[in-house]
Amino acid sequence: MVTTRRAVLALLLALTTLSLPAQERFITVASTTSTEQSGLFGYLLPIYERETGVKVRVVALGTGQALDVGRRGDADVVFVHARPAEEKFLAEGHGVKRYPVMYNDFVLIGPKSDPARIAGGRDILAAMKKIEAAQAPFVSRGDRSGTHMAELELWKGAGIDIERSKGPWYRDTGQGMGPALNTAASMNAYILADRGTWLAFKNRGELDILVEGDKRLFNQYGVILVNPEKHPSVKKELGQQFIDWLVSPAGQKAIAGYKINGEQLFYPNASDASA
Amino acid sequence: MSAGTQALQLITSADPKLVEIVWLSLKVSLTAVAIACAVGLPLGAMIAVGRFAGRHTLIVVVNALMGLPPVVVGLIVYLLLSRAGPLGAMGLLFTPSAMVIAQAVLITPIVAALSRQVVEDAWDEYREQLRSLGETKLGAAMTLLWDLRYSLFTIVLAGFGRAAAEVGAVMIVGGNIDGVTRVMTTAIALETSKGDLPLALGLGLVLLAIVLALNATAYVVKETAQKRYG
Amino acid sequence: MDDGRIPAHGPLDMLDLLPLHLRDVVFDSGGRRIIDGVTLDVHAGLRTMIVGPNGAGKSVLVRLCHGLLRPTSGTIRWNSAEFADAPRRQAMVFQRPVMLRRSALANVVYALKVARMPQEQRIERAFEALRTVGLESLAASPARVLSGGEQQRLALARVWALEPEVLFLDEPTANLDPGATHEIEKTIDAMHVRGTKIVMVTHNLGQARRLGDEILFLHQGRVAEHAPVTRFFNDPESVEARRFLEGELPW
Repeated sequence: MVTTRRAVLALLLALTTLSLPAQERFITVASTTSTEQSGLFGYLLPIYERETGVKVRVVALGTGQALDVGRRGDADVVFVHARPAEEKFLAEGHGVKRYPVMYNDFVLIGPKSDPARIAGGRDILAAMKKIEAAQAPFVSRGDRSGTHMAELELWKGAGIDIERSKGPWYRDTGQGMGPALNTAASMNAYILADRGTWLAFKNRGELDILVEGDKRLFNQYGVILVNPEKHPSVKKELGQQFIDWLVSPAGQKAIAGYKINGEQLFYPNASDASA
Repeated sequence: MSAGTQALQLITSADPKLVEIVWLSLKVSLTAVAIACAVGLPLGAMIAVGRFAGRHTLIVVVNALMGLPPVVVGLIVYLLLSRAGPLGAMGLLFTPSAMVIAQAVLITPIVAALSRQVVEDAWDEYREQLRSLGETKLGAAMTLLWDLRYSLFTIVLAGFGRAAAEVGAVMIVGGNIDGVTRVMTTAIALETSKGDLPLALGLGLVLLAIVLALNATAYVVKETAQKRYG
Repeated sequence: MDDGRIPAHGPLDMLDLLPLHLRDVVFDSGGRRIIDGVTLDVHAGLRTMIVGPNGAGKSVLVRLCHGLLRPTSGTIRWNSAEFADAPRRQAMVFQRPVMLRRSALANVVYALKVARMPQEQRIERAFEALRTVGLESLAASPARVLSGGEQQRLALARVWALEPEVLFLDEPTANLDPGATHEIEKTIDAMHVRGTKIVMVTHNLGQARRLGDEILFLHQGRVAEHAPVTRFFNDPESVEARRFLEGELPW
């Protein structure tokens, strides 16, 4: 059967072309949807690749998922924004060392109609209290992401036990930032978002930033090399090379250089040891 | 900009990123279909002509597997290919090969179940004659696969359509990595989640146009062959 | 002829398929007894015609002999056994021909391939077969678009190419016009001359008379009479045969 033989050869050829990229030098970075969807990686990585010739493959998930990918050894580097979760990751022995890289901030988004009357405020905890009191529609990411964890911290800080207080007004969607914003836009609900994703988000509907600037809304990003002793497949030299670049003056300058509509999204702070 | 205009712009500008995504989508789904047919067609034909203990149970199971949720398949394949999993050493996770595997797992039951039905329906007509000539069960299965090629071709197209349309499995095992494992469906999902709905819809129309073009070509080829060779 | 003893045979005879011995063969299906105790020997040389009224079990009997059906009880034994993975030494032509979606020539080549003829010889033998039945001009035509008569001639060409020791036929010309019928009968005769044993079921008594040397008359699943052709038609022994020939039994 000549035809079958030819078909099998064609198939093998196709499969080899599919795996050809494996010849190039690359690392796998597990990061969050906010860093990808804000467009930061699209801007930053080509700069790095041009300088070093190493390709950075980003798998964008929620912070919890990204750290789990690291725990399974499926990524070389994790780059997320939830310090407690990162510390736990290190304590479990899955990471080598945590480097602070940059921060951005969260903003409280809400409908122009503002049923909870929080617009223009500078106190995020007061705003959260007002939303809960008014039982105004609020969309939560509910996906163990950095944003979700920050939201839970804010409820706690406002003295609210959200597990008990949540009712039909609290929409736990289990989605990424973009889909959650879509949901909030269609429901005219309040939502906590990172500024980067918000600036890149196009489907705003009636939504706008209502509360910002509170120090408690600052969102710190950290980068960790996955522990090669626990996961021998980790590309430790290339991974560390990427981390070193991120915290270097060149990398930090590149991060500061990313702007949407002239507005800077991420503020490099690798030199801040307490971050 | 409306979705339709976006779609037209995307197609005519032949944006290199888009071309790359389309090309990868086709390669992944076509390869997956090829594997699914290589496994599923003989399997379906053998079940159709065979007589063995547990045959009816097997038919029910294969039929049921047609309803495998893509996201479940993605999860299972992910756990298998993860470094922490049994096949981790192959380093296939987050590569196009992983996507091919996941899609092949998804479509093979469809090809097997439908081809089994087609062959079984024809077996009534062919059974006595092929046995009379001394054909083995295996030989009869292969002969029928070729004889029923026009009906089976539609099954192949169905398999391809299912593969090209799914997003759950390839998202999980591929990771939607820009330039590496981003295919049409995952790109659409990404743009949707970023809120760029016109662009997402535009990409969706492009995907539909491609699948339509492929099906139209396949139909013409089949009709011509059928008229010529009977 | 069929006294129940298995006849003795010499050393070379061991290789022949025939004679075929049926002993107390019973076949039940769907709660009905279709073959009700048949004992007979089928010998080489004579052209055997199987006749009888509808529902007598003729089609089932040839299928039992050919091996397409297994008897509910009783034995069917060839003189020398056919082996599962060796080419078949008997063939069958059905009432409705079954062709593959290939050319006429390819259909014959396919049968030769299954019969394990070496590849170099297949096409030539297939062409010869088509010539024998007068279909060589249609060699490249898709077999399934040929007329009923042409397809049946193709079926005959197919078995002619196989050179079987025994050829079973189940009413091969029942659906054909006289012209096509004549062609088929010519080919059957050619195969008989070449040495193939012919066992044919037919409704057409004229055909049975034309082609047959001996008649097997089946009635309600039993062999009611087994006689040379002239004696059967001129002076049947059994009551059932007499009534059948006088047209009192339904076809």
